Amino acid sequence: MTLSAMISGIGVFSELSYWQVTSIRVAAGLVAVLLVAGTLVYVHLFKIVSFMQSRLGPMEAGPYGSLQLLAEIGKFLQKEDIVPRRADRFVFKAAPFVVLASTFLLLVVLPGGPDAWFISNDLGIYLAMAVGSVSVIGILMAGWGSASKYSLLGGLRATGQLIAYELPLLLAVVGVVIQAESMNLQQIVLVQANGEIFGWGAIGNPFIITQFVGFLIFMVAMQAELTQTPFDMPVAESELVTGYMTEYSGLRFLLFFIGEFATAGVFSAIAAVLFLGGWYVPGLEPTDNLFNVIGPLVLIGKVVLLSFLIFWIRFTFPRFREDQLQRLAWKFLVPLALANIVVTAVLKVVI
Amino acid sequence: MANEDGEAMALVPGLVKGLAVTGSTVIRTVFPKRGIKTLVPAPSQGSATVQYPHVKEAPPTRARGVIALHEGNCTACMLCARECPDWCIYIEGHKEKAPPRRAGGKPRQVNKLDRFDIDYALCMFCGICVDVCPFEALFWSPEYEFSEPRIADLLHDKARLADWMETVPEFEDYEAGSSAKKAKVPPT
Repeated sequence: MTLSAMISGIGVFSELSYWQVTSIRVAAGLVAVLLVAGTLVYVHLFKIVSFMQSRLGPMEAGPYGSLQLLAEIGKFLQKEDIVPRRADRFVFKAAPFVVLASTFLLLVVLPGGPDAWFISNDLGIYLAMAVGSVSVIGILMAGWGSASKYSLLGGLRATGQLIAYELPLLLAVVGVVIQAESMNLQQIVLVQANGEIFGWGAIGNPFIITQFVGFLIFMVAMQAELTQTPFDMPVAESELVTGYMTEYSGLRFLLFFIGEFATAGVFSAIAAVLFLGGWYVPGLEPTDNLFNVIGPLVLIGKVVLLSFLIFWIRFTFPRFREDQLQRLAWKFLVPLALANIVVTAVLKVVI
Repeated sequence: MANEDGEAMALVPGLVKGLAVTGSTVIRTVFPKRGIKTLVPAPSQGSATVQYPHVKEAPPTRARGVIALHEGNCTACMLCARECPDWCIYIEGHKEKAPPRRAGGKPRQVNKLDRFDIDYALCMFCGICVDVCPFEALFWSPEYEFSEPRIADLLHDKARLADWMETVPEFEDYEAGSSAKKAKVPPT
């Protein structure tokens, strides 16, 4: 199929009936979550991390170990699905699905091109932040339902940490929202694409330039939201085995695993949309139909770039202590984010 | 994170330095070539590890891989079996008359070895048996590839342990001029 045929095919998209559009979007959502999670795990968790330690990582399954992930999935599917005897069975079994559902819901607001979106509503980023915190409930369910002291401690630590870092995450976004005058992610992309830097509009105006402080706060808070090192106190393996995931095995552990890295991908995508211009690349008109095809690829490229930062930090720094972690959130990031909002709002009105 | 929040910014240079360490290791591993080929990625040359089943590193000569038995020196004295913390050495023997060393002498009584097994499924490679043997019958060999699909096959019998003797390296001096202390293995 030629490129022009694909583009005209997308033109037909709007004439499809509701169930056809919906099934295409469900399939696209599955691909977007699983493909991105797989890419991140292979490129970053397997390869880049190995290179950071002067080794090669998986090399046997497929060329350069590229099929290692399929082997891992096959391994997890073979394992027995164990439920502890004293566990709250329903809560225990439902927890990984709640965590994964929050990841899929986060994806819903992401635009992949001028017409390639799942839903376009003016709640946008607000909806994303709201459903993003549903994963807290899943983690608390896992921690409580396991009937294990490690799981319970891990779940409580995770809850405390996730709630603490929701705040700077949200406040960092507010700066962008003020500047873009919209909470619709599609609109935020278009504002960046059409923006100008002191009258020079060649690369648009990605908000990483004007909202650099917000970007830093967002990345730090994101790292904590994903419970990646150095914020991995909830799954600290030297004290809590693997925290709330301790009692899980087989498929359910795999779901947590996919959820962890898919969420890393989706949060990176949100950061890319907010600060790096989303699916837009300079040189084309933002209304160009071509963006419906290359837009998602551009977005994935930016996701890989941003998630590289996450994994780079993850494999460089040691773990925060619990009190240090909370102090960083409440006494440093929140005031900084509030100051950022004030400065942005004042400049928005003045300029 | 510093105790006072004002000191938080003082940690930034250290954080950046840490990122530089891991980042430069990635670059050194992926792009090890110099000169015109600098931008050709060759991680298999830049990595510090080797791909084991395909490439094998020679173990150090005194590596503790597997224990070999020099059967002719063994007198079935049971010292090794009794010192073994895991009780993984099984020895059986019987007394036998050997011909006299000199013509006209009395026949000598020697201990003949019937069974000498080491169960490598139990062995923890502490080397106490090698140290404690007064007759230089046990030796460390650097060979390490003797895994088995069945755990029972890890019980190496007398013949198998004797086969490992071929892999025992020549004894090297511990330090210069220490050849006087060199362990001697008399002919069987």
